[in-house]
Amino acid sequence: MHEYSLVEALISRVEAEAKKRQALKVHALSVRVGELAGVDPELFQTAYDTFRAGTLCAETTLTVKRIPASWSCPRCRAAIPRGEVLRCTACDVPARLDDGADALTLDGIEMEVP
Amino acid sequence: MCTTCGCGDTELVPVELHEKILAGNDRAARHNREHFLEAGVLAINLMGSPGAGKTAVLEATARAGAGKKWRLGAVSADLATDNDAVRLEKAGIPSRAITTGQACHLDAELVHRSLHDIPWQQTDVFFIENVGNLVCPAIYDLGQAANVVVLSVTEGEDKPLKYPTMFLAADLVLVSKCDLIPHLDFDLAKLDDALARVNPKPNVIRLSARTGEGVDQWIAWLERLRLEKGLVGRIAGLAAHVHAPARPR
Repeated sequence: MHEYSLVEALISRVEAEAKKRQALKVHALSVRVGELAGVDPELFQTAYDTFRAGTLCAETTLTVKRIPASWSCPRCRAAIPRGEVLRCTACDVPARLDDGADALTLDGIEMEVP
Repeated sequence: MCTTCGCGDTELVPVELHEKILAGNDRAARHNREHFLEAGVLAINLMGSPGAGKTAVLEATARAGAGKKWRLGAVSADLATDNDAVRLEKAGIPSRAITTGQACHLDAELVHRSLHDIPWQQTDVFFIENVGNLVCPAIYDLGQAANVVVLSVTEGEDKPLKYPTMFLAADLVLVSKCDLIPHLDFDLAKLDDALARVNPKPNVIRLSARTGEGVDQWIAWLERLRLEKGLVGRIAGLAAHVHAPARPR
């Protein structure tokens, strides 16, 4: 259940940004979860709902966008179908994971400033 | 403040960040990595299920590494007990336990703090034996030079398909307890196939800590990595800055 420690890191980051900008309130957060980021989006949302009480994010909505994992050949750009061996058979090179599929990213914060 | 008419109303502003949520951990990991490289230490993050044989692999490494005059060191993480660190000490690997309580993984800061308690600068290869778990440890960079995942033959060949994030992160998979294969239905070809579907650069060594099978290959892999990282011939202990012992908390 590392989702709780991830939410803790998320809220600390949001609080630091809000403090820097002297925000009065944080309205919304948007987060992207890659399929291979090692994070369960539903558990992440549950952890957020549990952990945000008593923080600056207590009334902040969280939008989680899922990024599916996709692989392609770094040379010919051909897509490697899901579930296949991760190697381009035409170029005989290892496949490359497309951007964002292994990352957990805080995309943006919507906040109210004076 | 509203600057259109000067009414003093608050404003709703979007702040674009596009920043990794683990950016703080990644910063601490970079710090650890710089320390290890400066001191000429090859740091290995050793992961795997509980009971996969991580500690037994290290005991076998100590026996084989003795011939090479390698100086080994380790920190060993578990939710409770220092049993593994005690075993490693007995095997001749100076070790410290990291007791994580309820935490299911190590992070870079925990590793950094533990380094204050052990003379890691005087080692050639330093193992970070992670909490037994195929999920959470995969996503935390600790500052290691490589991730090694120990998978025992009793766990089944489809583990990579079930835990793709862990096996994608593996620079090497050590298939442990290979001496048990004659007693099991385990098919090594099926494991190779499963791994190739989650990791584009799969790398496997088959090993038995009990019989010593594969240990030479494992040692050679570590030696190659030391060469690749430019760590061979460096004088360990010449870190750019030395850590003071941890203050009592």
